[in-house]
Amino acid sequence: MTSTAAQQFTGRAARAARATRRGRRPGRRRERAWAYLMVAPMTIGLGVFYLWPIAQTFYYSFTSSGPFGGHTWTGTDNYKALADDPTVGQAVVNTLVYTGIQLVGVPLAILLAALLNQQNLRGRSVYRVIFFLPAVTMPVAMAMLWRWMYDGNYGLVNYLLSTVGIQGPHWASDPAYAPYALAAIGIWMSLGYNMVIFLAGLQGIPAEYYEAARMDGAGPVRTFLRITVPLLTPSIFFVTVLTLINSLQMFDLAYMMMSTPNAPAGNGNPALPKVRSIPYLFFQKSFVEHDIGFGAAVAFVLVGFIVLMTFIQFRLQKKWVHYA
Amino acid sequence: MPEHASRSARPRHRARSVATHTVLVAASVLVLGPFFWEVVTALKPFSETTRLPPTLLPHHWQWSNFSKVFDSLPFGRMFLNTALVTVARTVGQLLFSSMAGYAFARMRFRGSGLLFGLFLSVLMVPGLVFLIPQYVLLQDLGWLNSLKGLIIPGVFTAFGTFLMRQSFMALPHEVEEAARLDGANPWQIFWRIALPLAKPALLALTILTAMWSWNDLMFPLVINTDPEKMTLSAGLANLQGEHFTDYSVLMAGSLMATAPMIVAFILLQRHFIQGIAFTGSKS
Repeated sequence: MTSTAAQQFTGRAARAARATRRGRRPGRRRERAWAYLMVAPMTIGLGVFYLWPIAQTFYYSFTSSGPFGGHTWTGTDNYKALADDPTVGQAVVNTLVYTGIQLVGVPLAILLAALLNQQNLRGRSVYRVIFFLPAVTMPVAMAMLWRWMYDGNYGLVNYLLSTVGIQGPHWASDPAYAPYALAAIGIWMSLGYNMVIFLAGLQGIPAEYYEAARMDGAGPVRTFLRITVPLLTPSIFFVTVLTLINSLQMFDLAYMMMSTPNAPAGNGNPALPKVRSIPYLFFQKSFVEHDIGFGAAVAFVLVGFIVLMTFIQFRLQKKWVHYA
Repeated sequence: MPEHASRSARPRHRARSVATHTVLVAASVLVLGPFFWEVVTALKPFSETTRLPPTLLPHHWQWSNFSKVFDSLPFGRMFLNTALVTVARTVGQLLFSSMAGYAFARMRFRGSGLLFGLFLSVLMVPGLVFLIPQYVLLQDLGWLNSLKGLIIPGVFTAFGTFLMRQSFMALPHEVEEAARLDGANPWQIFWRIALPLAKPALLALTILTAMWSWNDLMFPLVINTDPEKMTLSAGLANLQGEHFTDYSVLMAGSLMATAPMIVAFILLQRHFIQGIAFTGSKS
C-alpha cells in the first residue's frame, strides 16, 4: 500500500520536474488565475476607497465647490489662498511644535526600556503592562481625562501645584500653555508603545557585548552610551519615523481638548489658534465649513510635510543608523 | 555570581536596584495616577468633584453617574456598533490581507510589481487624504449613517497586505512545494498550509486593527452623525459637548468606553506587546 502511494508520489514529482525542465509547470496558467482571484478583493477595495480618492482629493484641491455640489476648476487658487491665510501658517507651526515635543519623548522611552532590560529585574512584566496601558486606550477618552485633570479650578494638576504654592493656569484654554499641555498628553500616551519597541531592540543586542564591556571595566553609563545606544539605532530610527508620521497627523487629542459646548469644532476656545494642527484645520475646512477645495489643498500640505520629513529622515539615517 | 565577588558587589548592586525601582515606580505613578483619578471621579457626585482640596476617595459613592451616561446617549447601541464594526473590519482585513499578501509573496502574475507599488503608495499617504472622496462616495451609495459605511472601507488595508506578504515571504518553501506536488491547488496550499504558519502575523494584525478600529475618531465623526449609528469615540465627543463640566459623568462614559480594550489588553498582554514588537521589527 505504502509503496504504491510512494510510487504514485514520485511519479507525479517526476512528471512535474520534467514539465519544469521544459520551461513550464503544469497549471501555470491556473496558478495565475488563482493569483488574480486572491488579489482581486483587496485591489478593488483599495482602488475604490483609497487609490482613486488620492487622485480625487488632488483634483478637488484645484477646484472650488458650489453650495449644491459640483466643482469648478480654479487652478491654483486654493493654494494661493492657503499661502495667504495666516491660520494655515499657524497650523503648520503648531503641528511642527507638537511634533518636535513628541521627539523629546523618544529618549525617555529609551531610558525606561534600558531600566526594564536589566538582568534579574523583578516585576518587569508588571511595569511593562503599566507603561503600555495608555497606548491601548482610546485617545478621545484619554483627552477627556486629561482635560479634567487640567481643569483650571478643580483639576488635579493645579491642586498638586497649589500644594507647593504655585497657582496653575487654565491649561486647556490658555493659549500660552495649551499647546504644551496637549503635547504632554501625546508623550504620556506614546511612551509605553515606543518603550516596547526599544525593549525588543535591546533584547536583540547580544549579551557578549555587555560581557566584553564589563571585562574592560566600563561603567553602566559608558556601556549605555557606547554599546546600547549605537546598537539600538535601527529601533531609534524606526520610532523616530513613526513618531514624526503620527504626530504630524494628530487630531483626536486637539479636537477633544478644544471642543466647547455647542461648538464642537472648538471655535469658542481661545487657545484654538495655538493648538489647531494641520489635520484639525483640514477637518474644520472640509467638514464644518464645507470648503472642500480648500480642505483638499490643506490635506496636500500635510502630504508635503510628511514626504519631506520622511525623506530627510531616510537621507540622514546613513549618517547615524548602524545596521548590525 | 561567584562568592568572592558578591560580597563587595552586593551593596552597590542593592543601591542600583533600589534606584531603578524608584524611577520605575515614580513613572508607574505618573501613568496610573490619571487612570486612578478617572475611576474615582466617575464614582463621585458632581458636588464632590468641585470641592477643594479634592477628596481622594468618594465620600458618597454615586453609581448613578454610569446610568446618566445611558440617559444622555444611546450608549448601549454605540457600544454594540463599535463592537460590530471592530469585529467585521478585523475579520475582513485578516481574510483579504492574507489572500493578497500570499499572492504577492508566493505567486507570479503579470502586473504584480506595479500593483504592489500602488498598494505601498496608499501606505505612505496620510488618512485624511482619502476622507473627502470617501465621504462623497458613501453619500452617493446612501451609506452615510450606516454601519456598512463604517465597516466596508475599513476592511481594505495596504498595511495589512504588506504585513502578511512579509510574513509569508519568511516561511520556508518546502512544505508548500510538497503539497503542490501532492496535487493541492494554490488556494488549498494557502488556506491549509501557509495561513496556519502565519499565525504571529495574523495575531499582530488582529490586535492592531481592533485597537485602531475601536479608538479611531475622525472617520466615524464624519461618516455618522446619527447617534444610533455612532461609535463610542464619536459618542464620547458628543457626551463632552453635552455634559461639559460634569466630569463625573464624562469619566463614567470614558471609563466604560475604554474598559473592553483595557481588559483585552490585560488578558492578552503578551500578545499585544509581541504584536507591537513584531510589526516594529518587520517595518
